[in-house]
Amino acid sequence: MSTLVIADHNKGELTGSTLSVIAAAKAVGGDIDVLVAGKDIGSVAEQAAKAEGVSKVLAADNDAYGHQLAENLSLLIAELAKNYSHVMSSAGSVGKDTMPRVAALLDVAQVSEIMAVQSEDTFQRPIYAGNAIATVQSSDSIKVITVRTTSFDPVAAEGGSASIESVDSAHDAGISEFVSEELAESDRPDLASADIVISGGRGMQSGDNFRIIESVADLLGAAVGASRAAVDAGFVPNDMQVGQTGKIVAPNLYIAVGISGAIQHLAGMGESKVIVAINKDEDAPIFQVADYGLVADLFEAVPQLEQELKKVV
Amino acid sequence: MKVLVAVKRVIDYNVKVRVKPDNTGVDLANVKMAMNPFCEIAVEEAVRLKEKGIASEIVAVTIGPKVTQEQLRTALALGADRAIQVETDEEVQSLDAAKMLKAVVDKEEPNLVIMGKQSIDTDNNQTGQMLAQLAGMPQGTFASEVDVEGEKVKVTREIDGGLLTVSLNLPAVVTTDLRLNEPRYASLPNIMKAKKKPLETVSPADLGVEAAPRLKTLKVEEPQPRQPGIKVESVEELVDKLKNEAKVI
Repeated sequence: MSTLVIADHNKGELTGSTLSVIAAAKAVGGDIDVLVAGKDIGSVAEQAAKAEGVSKVLAADNDAYGHQLAENLSLLIAELAKNYSHVMSSAGSVGKDTMPRVAALLDVAQVSEIMAVQSEDTFQRPIYAGNAIATVQSSDSIKVITVRTTSFDPVAAEGGSASIESVDSAHDAGISEFVSEELAESDRPDLASADIVISGGRGMQSGDNFRIIESVADLLGAAVGASRAAVDAGFVPNDMQVGQTGKIVAPNLYIAVGISGAIQHLAGMGESKVIVAINKDEDAPIFQVADYGLVADLFEAVPQLEQELKKVV
Repeated sequence: MKVLVAVKRVIDYNVKVRVKPDNTGVDLANVKMAMNPFCEIAVEEAVRLKEKGIASEIVAVTIGPKVTQEQLRTALALGADRAIQVETDEEVQSLDAAKMLKAVVDKEEPNLVIMGKQSIDTDNNQTGQMLAQLAGMPQGTFASEVDVEGEKVKVTREIDGGLLTVSLNLPAVVTTDLRLNEPRYASLPNIMKAKKKPLETVSPADLGVEAAPRLKTLKVEEPQPRQPGIKVESVEELVDKLKNEAKVI
């Protein structure tokens, strides 16, 4: 038994989510190899080689993989997958885009967004926006899996000494091209892996008003998120959306400001350790999952929160 | 150009989901069903392409038991020209659904396939990508903008870090994200007209596909409930609790 983990990386850095996927692979058991595919990914491969529990890093440095196009990447992964019993990636946008193509190439099912490993072929995954948890067993010889990374504690980033092997296969399907990207620039921590997240909802009333929660975020070293309602209303960009179809977060502290708490939002943050809700509607469903609820006008409560926090942090 | 739109019947997104007491699944008896919200966005996008004069014909397709014809009629009422039902009472998992859709694609030869990025029941987010691979097509997943430009389609995708735009050779598969458009409601006259639009029924065997589920669901459970929390009276009390009780700041 052996697992091929597909590394997530961004601007020459191995993404923390990869360490959680390695943790899921450890739960399966057997050898763990990591594939780093992209352009100029030498330093990412070196970082992956240091991760705990990795036997070998496969480095595929090629223009064809430069923008992580699923059409090209899936051909590479499917070719390598034949040597493994499991292929795992995070359930981030690259994994979600690419892994089903890999499964189709191998003529196997994909098990999406697992949150627990019960045995080498049996996994738990959320369905119906997390309102039910299914235990599923795969009968395929190669198991293609995406991992809900917030459900697995990351392995140590340092201490390993895996070998690095370069992979020469250059698969260019020639049917898709990268045009451009608009990536959010922020000095705040990454939403998906931050220890503290503060999110705003429709109650924020405008994008400008997000400034008051950004001030609190900066005080706490927190990431800023949003509900779908706030994104749909155009207050903030889509990459800030927390929920069933946005980002899944599970920080130590989640502060929901002006968020009513639709099922789809709860699906994205319900695993947080401590949840705080600030909302003027005392019947808002968010209070049913909040450890600490404050019924108040957010435009008074949030600036007050900033003042009070300044005294203690 | 011809557009194929795949739609799925799912539990209505407003319904509170209940797990069956015997843990075999979710209770769907007497529960309101509807078209998957992402599929509504897919139909809307196809209709807009037709209104712009880019699409000439919209074919809606679904897979499932006879009752799924309701969702095809909805698609027809929203503007699809004709519909195909792949009729089966068996469980159809993503890979088999993709194989059935691939057979429909082979027959219909659409220039563009539009479908939802995921269905809100199984939350798999797979079928569009699997179809694209099986059909040898490129894909624009999680689309927030779609522009057909000659022999190519430009798709802006919602990704983890923001937005990414790709240019795809046609034919291609596009899977919809929430902000691609805001679906319209079907008008009463259009609902009446939809009843007369052609709806063809085929079986998986007609398509040469036999459903072979690879995943067995052993158990379906309620998630662990959270411990009930408390209401605090003031911001001071909140900060005090976070610092001294929860110890998270």
